[in-house]
Amino acid sequence: MERVDVYPTHEHNGYKLRVGKPFPFGATFVPGGINFSIFSSHATACTLVLFDKGQLQPKAEIPYPLEFRIGNVYAMTVFGLDIENTEYGFRMDGPFSPEEGHWFDRSKILMDPYARSIGGRDVWGIVPDWNNTYQHRARLVFDDFDWEHDRPLEIPIEDLVIYEAHVRSFTKDPSSGAKFPGTFAGIREKIPYLKQLGINCLELLPIYEFDEFENSKVHPETGEHLIGNYWGYSTMGFFAPKAGYAATGKLGMHVDEFKALVKELHRNGIEVMLDVVFNHTAEGNENGPYISFRGIDNKTYYMLTPEGYYYNFSGTGNTLNCNNPVVRNMVIDCLRYWAAEYHIDGFRFDLASILGRDPWGAPLPNPPLLESLAFDPILAKCKLIAEAWDAGGLYQVGSFPAYGRWAEWNGKYRDGIRKFLKGESNLVGEMAQRIQGSPDLYASRGPTASINFITAHDGFTLNDLVSYNEKHNLANGENNGDGANDNESWNCGWEGPTDDPEINALRKRQMKNAVAMLMVSQGIPMILMGDEVARTQHGNNNTYCHDNALNWFDWKQVESNAEQLRFFQHLIAFRKSHPVLRNRWHLSNQDRVGSGYPDISWHGTQAWNADWSDSSRVLVFLLCGKHARGGLVADDYVYVIMNMHWEGNWFHLPGLPSGRLWHIFANTGMPTPHDIWKPGSEPLLDDQGGLFVGSRTVAILVGK
Amino acid sequence: MAFGVTTEQTNGIAKISLSGELDASSAADFRTAVEQVATEKPRRLVLMMDKLTFMASAGLRILVFAKQKMGREVDIFIVGAHDAVLETIEMTGFHHSVILLDDYDAAQIES
Repeated sequence: MERVDVYPTHEHNGYKLRVGKPFPFGATFVPGGINFSIFSSHATACTLVLFDKGQLQPKAEIPYPLEFRIGNVYAMTVFGLDIENTEYGFRMDGPFSPEEGHWFDRSKILMDPYARSIGGRDVWGIVPDWNNTYQHRARLVFDDFDWEHDRPLEIPIEDLVIYEAHVRSFTKDPSSGAKFPGTFAGIREKIPYLKQLGINCLELLPIYEFDEFENSKVHPETGEHLIGNYWGYSTMGFFAPKAGYAATGKLGMHVDEFKALVKELHRNGIEVMLDVVFNHTAEGNENGPYISFRGIDNKTYYMLTPEGYYYNFSGTGNTLNCNNPVVRNMVIDCLRYWAAEYHIDGFRFDLASILGRDPWGAPLPNPPLLESLAFDPILAKCKLIAEAWDAGGLYQVGSFPAYGRWAEWNGKYRDGIRKFLKGESNLVGEMAQRIQGSPDLYASRGPTASINFITAHDGFTLNDLVSYNEKHNLANGENNGDGANDNESWNCGWEGPTDDPEINALRKRQMKNAVAMLMVSQGIPMILMGDEVARTQHGNNNTYCHDNALNWFDWKQVESNAEQLRFFQHLIAFRKSHPVLRNRWHLSNQDRVGSGYPDISWHGTQAWNADWSDSSRVLVFLLCGKHARGGLVADDYVYVIMNMHWEGNWFHLPGLPSGRLWHIFANTGMPTPHDIWKPGSEPLLDDQGGLFVGSRTVAILVGK
Repeated sequence: MAFGVTTEQTNGIAKISLSGELDASSAADFRTAVEQVATEKPRRLVLMMDKLTFMASAGLRILVFAKQKMGREVDIFIVGAHDAVLETIEMTGFHHSVILLDDYDAAQIES
């Protein structure tokens, strides 16, 4: 049925037009045409600029007639466009007075902040035509992807095991054998590997369109071209997946390819979480380029000082003005778009504390944006995870405005475990808190507020954490001045690679100790891509600019470090098969179900007798299976011995209820394959009274 | 090479044969063919691609359209697709929604 209620009323140079609909913002298909809607509170006029795909010169420039503006929104429907081949942009008229916050420049063509697909970097690394005055161009997308029966998995957050990965790094290395290396399609090829590892949530470093040519520099030693922005923490377009991350980017089908990835991951029981970067944009500060926001409505989109300079709470040049109502709506629209159109299961917010600052940078007690997100109807089942700090000194781990919904990257967990692992003193009290899901930080929330991690893309890999005392970031070209200094790492006796078999054996053991402690902690564990095969960045703890083997996953290590991979696999399987490790509510340290044992109890070399003194390096705990999930689910007894002392010791075991016997699941001090067993096949412990646990060793027993 | 499309229907099996290059300009013809065979409500759709030398994103869009137009119960077979065309289909993950065959396997298609 041909609609008769949408017909052109205006005409400009052969283009038929009609007043558009203000919502939704961006470019949307309407019968017979495309609706272009854009907001600007300080522009005085707006022109729609149309291109044929790839052409340097515009095909048409259509000024918005005065009567097509309602309030601060310019909306126009244009009929008869070739939707496969059209790129569009805007010219905004207005004052140029930076001291008042206005940067309008009619000579610039600006990208739609709501662009769902962006052209200009279709294939990763292809040098752009610098004569092109409109480098990043908004395009149109189709909504015809066939999801079949796919929906977000809604796995309870306490059951997640998160794997943090970079799209390109995961399969770019030739050793991956991937048909489509470094792309969304490439990740699809490796789904069997992820399934075997056992993770059920893939958290991807930013996949929104960013410019890999931003801030490029040169490797100080090799002269190699360094990508200024490899990780992607510099968003240009929040609604568009990066074309250069898609094998079909050159065909303009990256939207479909990413959706196909989500669909396939879901089919294999793996959730998808996206790292979102709403704290700043790629436009930088006063010296940065005009891409979009600056020329459209600088004063609205950015936090500005009274003199008109850019506040820099992100450490990257500018700060997005997230609690301005218009920008807030853009953030919400964006997340709703990804949740609804791409079936995304959750979001991790980079430098999230910025989202709690007002337009002048002051922290808000009740930030409207965070509140809106926590209660948003479309995002209601999405996981919301905050990196609860920013680069401006606002550290909010344990105090992030959570509204009962937000989880946090628990930086205190990372620091506490690393220090304990090193064998530092005065840590058993803190470790007891971290193991229980940090009730000291999240008393009213439960362990599900705590994302526990030891490594992430920021900082050392697990292998480097046990191989280096100092960071080695010279290759970044910043004189080793970048990257964190408080790594709490320990090189086990030598800095970097060594032939010494004892040091290497200790490093292997320490890595197993770390992941073992992580997987038996209450809260949600996250591991870093490659830690399961002992990936190394040669001591570089800030590899943000390397598109090379330093960052790429080396698939040869799957075989060469098979022992480590096996350890991770069994450990993850163990966690998934024991609900007593995955409680929603904090443990009470009491016997609530009459089993004769508290839900969690603390021990030492003697059972029922923990050493809480400052010099203690030993912490042992017992989880009573009858208390799993508040007593609602039956599970085994789990006993975890963490001996971070430099000497081994005999550990007496507590008695079990009759009918149950101690079995050994893991002992990082034993050589493979006796370091760990497939869950369910744990051998009976010979001496039910106790066992010897070596120096710097973790042992896990199951009472069943 | 110019794009060509022919259709035939036998026993509830619709066959569309494509040749030449399928891009934005020729996609409309492919689409018309799909709409045409859809009216007969076939139980299978077979796309003969052994003479198709090139397929752009517009062509992929019509494959997506065909899948939806035919309905869930109708199997779609893609027969004899060249490597480049196959690769395009695989990259987007569309190969999970169709059955790819090197040759016309009468036993499988006509059963």
